[in-house]
Amino acid sequence: MSREPILRAEGLQVVFQSEESRLEALQEASFSILPNEFVCIIGPSGCGKSTLLRVLGGLVAPTRGRVHLDGRPLTGPEARIGFVFQQHNLMPWRTALENVCLPLELQGVARTVAKDRAREMLALVGLAKFANALPRELSGGMRQRVALARELVYDPDVLLLDEPFGALDALTREQMDWELLRIWSARQKTVVMVTHDIQEAIYLSDRVLTMSPGPGRIAGDVAIDLARPRKVDDLYSPRFAELTRLLRGSLH
Amino acid sequence: MLPRRQNTRSRTYHAGRGKPLARRLLPLASFLVLCALWELIVYIGDYPAFFLPTPRDVWSRALVALGDGSLLMHTWVTLKEVFAGLAVGLSAAVILGYALAKAPAVERLVSPYLAASQAIPIVALAPLLVIWFGPGTLSKILVCALTLFFPVLINTIVGIRGVDAELVELLRSLRATQWQRFLYLELPASLPVLLGGLKIGVTLSVIGAVVSEFVSADRGLGFLVNLARGLFDTSLMFVALFTLMAIALVLYLSVSALERRVLRKQGRE
Ligand SMILES: Nc1ncnc2c1ncn2[C@@H]1O[C@H](COP(=O)(O)OP(=O)(O)OP(=O)(O)O)[C@@H](O)[C@H]1O
Ligand SMILES: [Mg+2]
Repeated sequence: MSREPILRAEGLQVVFQSEESRLEALQEASFSILPNEFVCIIGPSGCGKSTLLRVLGGLVAPTRGRVHLDGRPLTGPEARIGFVFQQHNLMPWRTALENVCLPLELQGVARTVAKDRAREMLALVGLAKFANALPRELSGGMRQRVALARELVYDPDVLLLDEPFGALDALTREQMDWELLRIWSARQKTVVMVTHDIQEAIYLSDRVLTMSPGPGRIAGDVAIDLARPRKVDDLYSPRFAELTRLLRGSLH
Repeated sequence: MLPRRQNTRSRTYHAGRGKPLARRLLPLASFLVLCALWELIVYIGDYPAFFLPTPRDVWSRALVALGDGSLLMHTWVTLKEVFAGLAVGLSAAVILGYALAKAPAVERLVSPYLAASQAIPIVALAPLLVIWFGPGTLSKILVCALTLFFPVLINTIVGIRGVDAELVELLRSLRATQWQRFLYLELPASLPVLLGGLKIGVTLSVIGAVVSEFVSADRGLGFLVNLARGLFDTSLMFVALFTLMAIALVLYLSVSALERRVLRKQGRE
């Protein structure tokens, strides 16, 4: 497996300019992400995490700097990159299955093939029984899982997750984290995930990038050297506490 | 007023599914009571038939008009105008509404004129259209189309503008084309509003047809009302009016049924 970075951010700056105001959401961000790496980005609210992720996904063009995907400059949204938004963004008029089918339909995949693959993905996120439920009939956690299945279904190499479980209670979130790790290791994905939660970041990641606000910068890059597969007990290990202290320090 | 009353009634039907037969016969019963009241008023007031005919007078006049084929002919003429006007007015309003929703700058430029045009009653505009497009079917279709154009236009703009910006971003991240964005997002998202526009449109188109036939026509239900008035054949006027009501009602109920089916399928009801 190549150890060339799959994603490389190079001096990213984002300025939101309107007639009356100018806001520098991101001042400077440079880093590399390796294939199959699980990287979390943490930082206080409003420090530009979503903006950074949008740039990585090709949804926002940086004012300065560049993103490289496998060495080629990124010019817009890519089929190799899946984006899970801070809100689940399901279409309320489509069932869970139909929502998961959407990316394949847009790619022109035959309906029956699309349905089969979508069913498979729903099973993967543990929602096989809810294929025909509408989003409003699902719980918040279930909706986020459908949104995740929708990005997994077209098998992108890179998953960008913007606080996908931020709206969930702690218990459900723990369970979702666990499922995410399972999917990540089974499917060989590169994951970049934004979160507010230091413990979640340590528990999941190979590496954690910390951001500081006003305007947003990458403040730290911490390798998480806990063995995999991770266990719940890791949360109480001395190394975990040490890493928590380290990250907390780099955030303030 | 007519549409609203019908709406509640159709809902009662819906809710009454599986309820006792007596409940379902209620609309029929109320209709019979109304007819009886009407008879009573004519009886007490002792009105001559040209002033206020009884329901039985109207009914027998309807049978005559049906028998000689004239009622069906006039109805058919009006229906054709209604549907052609609906097709023209709806497509124009939806297409322009979509374009305006997408181009706020153009909308700001055009909307004062559109609003101002609404100050002109369609009755005043109809003769002008007859001068320009002749007394034939074309001018009537245009009057129908114009009557429903503005409300449906506004409806369409509101519907398309209301599409969730986050779903727009989702489609962008999935690299959907403009056409796919329309087909997979804008159309289904604004479907309830568009169906609402169709519902307003069908009734307004009937009004447009009658207005245009009042201005100049030699057939159609609007013409029939005018003709009957000239002949002091008040029963025939009632026949024509009731037929118009029936058309508006059937069209409205059909669209409502369609709306319910679509929305139920989408789980929005
Ligand atoms: N489209 C936009 N136009 C103008 N300003 C924007 C836009 N998107 C974000 N911003 C601004 O950029 C800054 C960073 O926003 P961003 O959403 O990236 O923060 P965040 O770190 O994701 O916050 P949170 O943790 O609350 O989600 C904020 O001040 C926000 O107001
Ligand atoms: Mg955010």
